Amino acid sequence: MGKTIAEKIFDTHRRDNPSGENVVLDLDVVMCHEITTPIAINDLVERGLDKVFDPSKIKVVIDHVTPSKDSKTATQAKILRDWAHRHKIIDFFDIGSNGVCHALFPEKGFVRPGYTIIMGDSHTCTHGAFGAFAAGVGTTDLEVGIFKGVCSFRLPETMKINIVGTLPKGVYAKDIILYIIKKLTVNGATDKVMEFVGPVVDAMSMESRMTLCNMAIEAGGTCGVCMPDKVTAEYLWPFIKGEYTSVDAAVEDFKKWHSDSDARYSSELTFDISNIVPQITYGFKPDEVKDVTELEGTPVDQVYIGSCTNGRIEDLREAAQVLKGRKLAPGVRGILAPATPLVYTTAMNEGIIQIFMEAGFCVTNPTCGACLGMSNGVLAAGEVCASTTNRNFNGRMGKGGMVHLMSPRSAAAAAVKGVITDHRLL
Amino acid sequence: MKKFSGSVLFLDRSDINTDEIIPAKYLTENSKLALKPYILEDLKLDGFNPATDVQKAGVVVTRGNFGCGSSREHAVWVFEVNDINVVIGEGFARIFRQNMFNCGMLAIELSPQDIDTLFKMGPTLEIVVDIEREIVQAKGSTEATFPFKLNSFDKELVKAGGWLAYADKKY
Ligand code: SF4
Repeated sequence: MGKTIAEKIFDTHRRDNPSGENVVLDLDVVMCHEITTPIAINDLVERGLDKVFDPSKIKVVIDHVTPSKDSKTATQAKILRDWAHRHKIIDFFDIGSNGVCHALFPEKGFVRPGYTIIMGDSHTCTHGAFGAFAAGVGTTDLEVGIFKGVCSFRLPETMKINIVGTLPKGVYAKDIILYIIKKLTVNGATDKVMEFVGPVVDAMSMESRMTLCNMAIEAGGTCGVCMPDKVTAEYLWPFIKGEYTSVDAAVEDFKKWHSDSDARYSSELTFDISNIVPQITYGFKPDEVKDVTELEGTPVDQVYIGSCTNGRIEDLREAAQVLKGRKLAPGVRGILAPATPLVYTTAMNEGIIQIFMEAGFCVTNPTCGACLGMSNGVLAAGEVCASTTNRNFNGRMGKGGMVHLMSPRSAAAAAVKGVITDHRLL
Repeated sequence: MKKFSGSVLFLDRSDINTDEIIPAKYLTENSKLALKPYILEDLKLDGFNPATDVQKAGVVVTRGNFGCGSSREHAVWVFEVNDINVVIGEGFARIFRQNMFNCGMLAIELSPQDIDTLFKMGPTLEIVVDIEREIVQAKGSTEATFPFKLNSFDKELVKAGGWLAYADKKY
């Protein structure tokens, strides 16, 4: 019987089998940010266990509220900062070099095929785009991860999601994943690894694959995963060129992580995306998704382009194409938060920042901020936001606010029209 | 071990998410106790008032996919500091369930039929969970017992007082 990629990763990282159903894995990377890590640090300190298993495997960023907005967030940042210095953690990113964790860490080359990764953040599933097993965990799991370099999981069951057909013009990875979540529901992949395969995925850039895997958790998935291939190897090349003689050699090596053709899946689903149109959420759950045409004309107060889902350069380029030479509709506020400093500088060099600013957007530093309603664009009660983020929960971007999730291009169209609209007709 | 009994707080909806359990704006707190007053603040349910309904409760009974959304363990701690150490539902989001056991608390899965029965036995219901015998004993308008399955590793976590204590000893 063949194995899935998740089973192969589990086999090579197994530290212990505490029961027939549970496995304790050795971790390759433990990622930390300032919202969920400080309580773990404080707890370790209080217990007299202030140690880290391996500083080179711990990656740290202050990203959720940065620069700090008040004394409480400043304290969180300080706890994380002091701890990183104390333990000589080299890969630590503070203002000036920080960005949204799930965009920044891949960009730094910290994610590789076959890795086991945890972070105290549910969208850690993003990193599965590289053929890694990457899962969001709570603070206690994170604490043990920092301290011992291990994490427990139930044995993985994998759902194979085959994406086929021809990608229609104006439809993006974001539309595809919203469409899939609509079909699966928010509970449809609970406890499952979502393996994204098929010609549409093969043709996707790493950025798009990250968008796809990013929202696996919105269907309840433990992890999203794509097979590491030439696209993966080319993205990682600057970081792996010392390890391989050529990109092709890396591609060949990555194949050891591919799921076997006779691997066992809990279910296999095929989605033909040839006929889908831009997708948009309408309610307070990410599976409440409609075709854009059904929401046409819904007024928006704010447009937010950014986040670990869609704050990458590819996303900014798409939005800029719509915004070029246009202005925000009267009364609409536009916020762009490039996800990382590299995204920001690239956008600057390509003239994209200027396009956004000429359209009337406010451009913020790389941060999560408004995505989780903590800073930089919190909604007032009754306000509506067209957003490229991943969660539309009640109150997510501010108490009483309404969030419609969509692709960057759809968000840009809403910005210039002042209402949700089909960007393909602009 | 923690106390696994008490009056029931019924939360009659599926997919109650972590933002509803504890909104992100409170994630700037660096102590668990500070979260206490904000429990379920953004949960809108007919007839539910978090300010009064949580106080007497020791056990939550709810529907499916409880605790979906973010990984914030605050969603578990906010129950813990309100003396609620048991959530009984049709199913849980993975991270929330893991966080419960990691804190030495119980996330118990029962069938939709059993959950329905519990709802019908309300509105005043007392529950005692026996983890050795793996049964939920409920006493309301009537009395009933519901068997459940506790994975042996999860049981060890509960007995050890959580994952940190367990891992510190073992790894
Ligand atoms: S951008 Fe939003 S979803 Fe992504 S890590 Fe930050 S807060 Fe979480």
